Amino acid sequence: MIGTMAQAAPYVGYVYPNETDIPWSVLIVIYPYITGLVAGAFIVSSLFHVFGMAQYKPVARFALLTAVSFMFFVPMPLLLHLGNPQRAFNAVLTPHWTSAMAAFSYVAGFYISLLLLEIWFAFRADIVALSKTTQGPLGTVYRLMTLGSDDVSPRALALDHKFATVLAMIGIPAAGGLHGYVGFLFGSVKAREWWSSDLMPIIFLLSAIVSGIGLLIVLYVVYSRIRKVPVDQACMKGLARTMWAFLLVVLVIEGLELLEMFYKRLEGIDMVQRLIEGPIRYGMMIQWGGSLIVLALLTVLIVFRVEGKALVRGLVISGVGMMIAVLAMRWNVVIGGQELSKTMKGLLVYYPEILSHEGLVAVAIVFTCPFVVLWLITRFLSPWEPEPS
Amino acid sequence: MTQEDKKIEVKGSNLVRRNFFLRMLGIGTACAGTWVGSGNLVARAQSAETAAAAAPKIPDYDWNKHKWAFGVDATRCIGCLRCVEACKAENGVTQDAHHFRTWVERYVYLEGDERAHVDSQSDAQNIAASGSEKEFRFDNRYKDAKVEKAFFVPKLCNHCTHPACVQVCPTGATYQTKDGVVLIDHSYCIGCQYCVQACPYGVREFNHVMGVTDKCTWCYHRITKGLQPACVEVCPVEARVFGDRNDPQSPISAFLRNNRVSVLKPETGNAPNVFYVGIDKEVC
Ligand code: SF4
Ligand code: SF4
Repeated sequence: MIGTMAQAAPYVGYVYPNETDIPWSVLIVIYPYITGLVAGAFIVSSLFHVFGMAQYKPVARFALLTAVSFMFFVPMPLLLHLGNPQRAFNAVLTPHWTSAMAAFSYVAGFYISLLLLEIWFAFRADIVALSKTTQGPLGTVYRLMTLGSDDVSPRALALDHKFATVLAMIGIPAAGGLHGYVGFLFGSVKAREWWSSDLMPIIFLLSAIVSGIGLLIVLYVVYSRIRKVPVDQACMKGLARTMWAFLLVVLVIEGLELLEMFYKRLEGIDMVQRLIEGPIRYGMMIQWGGSLIVLALLTVLIVFRVEGKALVRGLVISGVGMMIAVLAMRWNVVIGGQELSKTMKGLLVYYPEILSHEGLVAVAIVFTCPFVVLWLITRFLSPWEPEPS
Repeated sequence: MTQEDKKIEVKGSNLVRRNFFLRMLGIGTACAGTWVGSGNLVARAQSAETAAAAAPKIPDYDWNKHKWAFGVDATRCIGCLRCVEACKAENGVTQDAHHFRTWVERYVYLEGDERAHVDSQSDAQNIAASGSEKEFRFDNRYKDAKVEKAFFVPKLCNHCTHPACVQVCPTGATYQTKDGVVLIDHSYCIGCQYCVQACPYGVREFNHVMGVTDKCTWCYHRITKGLQPACVEVCPVEARVFGDRNDPQSPISAFLRNNRVSVLKPETGNAPNVFYVGIDKEVC
């Protein structure tokens, strides 16, 4: 309920009295998670738009729409979490620049603008065609969306392509920046032992890409089913390899980070160990177990050149698996960091609420919205190439 | 009472009750606004400093003339918790065992133990002993134990010279005054709680009714009128010392001159301005 505190977190050992009121709820778990999905989806579209990898063409435009649909909802969990959301603009109008959080609206605003621009160039020819064939109010919307530019000569289209490429090129560092930035929000908090790591931005970024590719695979297969068209095999194979590569790197880096932490055994390591064995035990199992299983599965798919239905099935399992594993990773970081007391003498346990504006139902609603919006957008602007008849 | 005084002295009486509609309205407009945020160059021109309040207009007070600091003599503290109760009453702090501007920790070494047993007034057993979450006392659990060493450590905001909370506040609602106090503008705070995360000392707490973060102000509304902070005033054994470092005769100047002091968690680089006497390595 608004105006009251969630249930006080139970604890063991000694924690500062104020710590029993856990500041960042499960909503803040979903925030970096959604941002990550955006970054991952975007990277896939860039593989085609920037690097010209033709096998990703079938999903390139769909990936852009996926990215923007999720990006629209990135601010949502943050706003729901604020004690005074009606003042959110204070951080925009008078940003306090020493704060990483002050940059949020600018980073997010820049990225959304970039995405919308890139989408416009990538879809302009379609929009022009639709504006000519669609009647009624919808036709007017399409005509407005052409922004008065209805030249679809080969020269103009080539120019579109060039613009889309340039925007995608800017988009890669921007996507990296967007998510590296989220990692920085956590990694720069020196008061939190479990967050304060120089590797946080890079780990966040890489795991984001893996989860985004996973999402894209699942969505692509589901949409293909709905459209009753075969899934593009070359595209699937490409996605399998990309996901495998990013997953491998992220596992190595995360593994090295843990290894170093436990090898150095700096003060407080006992508590970190108890955190891993205690409150975030299941989270860690899902994160690491899930990632390793997916890695093994992907390796099998790639090494044995699995094709057809088996490949699709294997990849959907991998995609879902990575989405769950990365969600667990976000939980382990965001919640785990707060469960480790700043006293380094105690552990708290966070139980999410169910019905409040910071509860699981709110999270489920926030997370459903991008899927609905994506579905609406694809009805309005089909990202799929016309079927060769 | 001037406007600024009111702002600083946030009492239970002037709590702003937000309603659900406002909240939803805010979410809607802000959500839409984020999309156009990057284009808002005019807004960007307004610097962060405008967020920090200008010098409060307090009669006969010039914040350039003072440098406040706080001392804690842990060897004197008897754990009576009058300071905790006085603070809650003076500052309208949420009346439960999870929100404090100041608190007291108890460190007990039993015979043969290497590590101290630590608890505070919030500990469930202590709450049971006091019978409510509005009054506080330490229970008598070590009555029959062989205690080797025991002491109390009062805690409060350190009003750090390099405060992590100020650094991370996205709006400038948390700011540092010229006289060395760290304050929160409750009319500007958006309630993101980034500062709660960033404070290494756990001294920040969230006021769920107002939707803003709160913490010790060294009773800024009192000290700027020549009074002592409420906790210092009520401490029966002078374990808490407060004063102006610019005045060599002040209690804090004498305290710092006459004692070998330490600060909490110096490794964070926060450079606290609460100075301790009589704490040991176990104090967190
Ligand atoms: S003790 Fe914490 S809240 Fe107080 S000034 Fe230092 S960092 Fe800020
Ligand atoms: S909650 Fe803290 S960091 Fe956030 S706006 Fe308020 S004072 Fe600043």
